[in-house]
Amino acid sequence: MAIEWYLALSALIFVIGAGGVLTRRNPLVILLCVELMLNAGNLALVAFNRMHGGGDGQIFALMVMVVAACEVVIGLGIIVALYRRHLPIDVDEMRELQG
Amino acid sequence: MAEVLFFLAAIGVVGGAIGVVVLRNPFYTVLALVVHLLSLAALFLTLRAEFIAAAQVVVYAGAVMVLYVFVVAYVGGGEAATGSGQASELRVLAVLFAGALFVCLCIATLGSGLQALGTEGAEVGAGYGTPQQIGDLLLGRFLLPFELASYLLLLAAVGAVVLASRRRGVGEGAEPVISVAQLLRPRGTGTMAEAVSGLPAAQATGDRDEREARERGDQGKERDDDADDDRPRVDHGASDRGGS
Repeated sequence: MAIEWYLALSALIFVIGAGGVLTRRNPLVILLCVELMLNAGNLALVAFNRMHGGGDGQIFALMVMVVAACEVVIGLGIIVALYRRHLPIDVDEMRELQG
Repeated sequence: MAEVLFFLAAIGVVGGAIGVVVLRNPFYTVLALVVHLLSLAALFLTLRAEFIAAAQVVVYAGAVMVLYVFVVAYVGGGEAATGSGQASELRVLAVLFAGALFVCLCIATLGSGLQALGTEGAEVGAGYGTPQQIGDLLLGRFLLPFELASYLLLLAAVGAVVLASRRRGVGEGAEPVISVAQLLRPRGTGTMAEAVSGLPAAQATGDRDEREARERGDQGKERDDDADDDRPRVDHGASDRGGS
């Protein structure tokens, strides 16, 4: 398959993720949609890496996976902390995060 | 054959992504993301990125998704339906914005005029994308980012423990001091230290409840319906004075 198909697919996944971030209100689902966007970026990186040969894009994709894992861990920690304080799990209600 | 594989995997990827956005139950959302990730691993395989595909399945679809499932099971609860008119207007706006973004991205990537976009990619050898090549790059040219990534993971682990611990963050209330003598001496022996500081058993259990109740009292204006708030505030002060 030509590389441009992969890029178009990557753009489509990114857009679906962005739409999810804009429409959903549950922070868990918003984190999942951010994962979708990061995965779209990964797919574009690997596709461009295939286009050029070499392995740099794959290393970059691995780094993106590491950063995504860190982001997930911190985000889920914040959600668990919200739940422990009996605050509503809803981003519209969470206008301030101090204290 | 490659085309069939690509389109099958693409259907899985897009279907999983739409499932993440559309499904109401957070648990089903996580399962849809697992489908998405597995199909994406198949796409990576068609791009000859074998190690990335394996890491995707093991790290993402394995470890991270298990974390999600645990948190969904812990927090639980679906999302309340958005009935107000403002929310539906926002939804229409979000869909419009997403469509515009898709057009922009397609123009940016496909209209870039790169000659190699229409080809299947550069000629690569048999060892392309194997763990050997990735390992050579990671421990050679990209050693510094590799080490920095390990520090980032350590920081994230420590941060998650601090965020999700029962003490609710750093710097709230004094830490209970455990001395060596307290560990060696059985409780309630009747020493002079116990007479001064109060019974250690009362310290161990009562202190923590008091501290939590005090913290809740400080933010009592936010959550007044909490059960622990019903305790009279005078008792805390009295027991504090009696203890010290």
